[in-house]
Amino acid sequence: MIRVVLPTHLRNLAKVSGEVELEVEGTITQRSVLNALEARYPMLRGTVRDHATQLRRPFVRFFACEQDLSHEPPDSLLPEAVASGREPLYVVGAIAGGAYSRAR
Amino acid sequence: MSKVRVLVGTRKGAFIMTSDGKRQQWEVQGPHFAGWEIYHMKGSPADPNRLYLSQCSGWFGQLIQRSNDGGKTWEPVGNQFAYVGEAGTHQWYDGTSRPWAFKRVWHLEPSLSDPNTVYAGIEDAALFRSADGGQTWQELPGLRGHGSGPRWQPGAGGLCLHTILFDPSNARRMFIAISAAGAFRTDDGGDTWQPINRGLVSQYIPDPKAEVGHCVHRIAMHRSRPNVLFMQKHWDVMRSGNAGDSWQEVSGNLPTDFGFVIDVHAHEPETIYVVPIKSDSEHFPLDGKLQVYRSRSGGNDWEPLTKGLPQSNCYVNVLRDAMAVDSMDTCGIYFGTTEGQVYASADAGDYWSPIVRDLPAVLSVEVQTLP
Repeated sequence: MIRVVLPTHLRNLAKVSGEVELEVEGTITQRSVLNALEARYPMLRGTVRDHATQLRRPFVRFFACEQDLSHEPPDSLLPEAVASGREPLYVVGAIAGGAYSRAR
Repeated sequence: MSKVRVLVGTRKGAFIMTSDGKRQQWEVQGPHFAGWEIYHMKGSPADPNRLYLSQCSGWFGQLIQRSNDGGKTWEPVGNQFAYVGEAGTHQWYDGTSRPWAFKRVWHLEPSLSDPNTVYAGIEDAALFRSADGGQTWQELPGLRGHGSGPRWQPGAGGLCLHTILFDPSNARRMFIAISAAGAFRTDDGGDTWQPINRGLVSQYIPDPKAEVGHCVHRIAMHRSRPNVLFMQKHWDVMRSGNAGDSWQEVSGNLPTDFGFVIDVHAHEPETIYVVPIKSDSEHFPLDGKLQVYRSRSGGNDWEPLTKGLPQSNCYVNVLRDAMAVDSMDTCGIYFGTTEGQVYASADAGDYWSPIVRDLPAVLSVEVQTLP
């Protein structure tokens, strides 16, 4: 079982509390975990990664095992501790400004 | 007795305010979607309990929410806005070309007749339609594909399609406005579009009378006279008597004709409202006095409406989607400010009072008049 910790806004959107546990088939990568996440919680589509490009949204980060995995290729294997369920994959809203529209 | 429901989108969530026909006592619900930017929220004219809401953030992108019970509960619906075909390019601020890219939904306009049909005006400017209650969205590519598209340039807030108006007498006619491209009209249900900017004069573009490139902030119409349009341009208040084929300036005696909002009285098609803002470099009222201006003659002759509004040390702005009117017998006027006040007048603007004073910055205000 893969454990995923979502940021507050996405937990609220998905109507979950605490960690999400996912069954993920095949190799455990960012892509396979996010595919499973979006399949179970379709309302999260487009919030973590772009609909069309499937690239991580710029202010979303992926952490696990005290490492920043945000810039790892989406098909790279996640750490064994994540794949085995000992550690969660953290989806984090970056501590950075959201764009503040100037004149709206 | 009828009641009104005011739908307020803010920088940090959505608020819903209800009152009876007197519009003196208000119940305020919210924030819904706390922490998210709510660019716009609007109810279906065909089913007032069907609401649509545009929710976005710099972190997690765009969501569309739908309510079937007047905003008590919500469900996320489709949030994929894919341009048709090759996206192409528009101009950037520096005149270079930049690919069209979806950023956010500025405005949602439900159909006059079908609760499941709703239009979305987006940034980078394009018009989308959903016929399944917001589950899926399809672009109307004839607008962005108008030959002038590569010359469109963003206004200070972005290249946004912010206004969508339906002609109640002609289901195939629609008007939209884009900052900073201008106003456009379709007469064939959205397949093809023509710019309707003749008569606009904008000194801030190389050709002040260009076919496109005008920073139109808002257009408004009275449903009984859909050929008469009113416009708050970046500078200038304008009027068209021929569905936008040509425009005449009606700024008249306004102390400044810069501003964002414009709206029309529910029962008096020639009574219009604006909130003059000092300038494009100073987005606040003249002399720190918040004043709505009303014209009862379709423009040119304006009177300041000040009772109940702060007349000193007020430096708020009123953004383009942040004014609305109800259709009670004595028409109510509403607007929200960038400092979180929502003001209401139950007597067509003669006297104002705040419904709330301390919300996050108000991005949009809509009103529903309910049985």
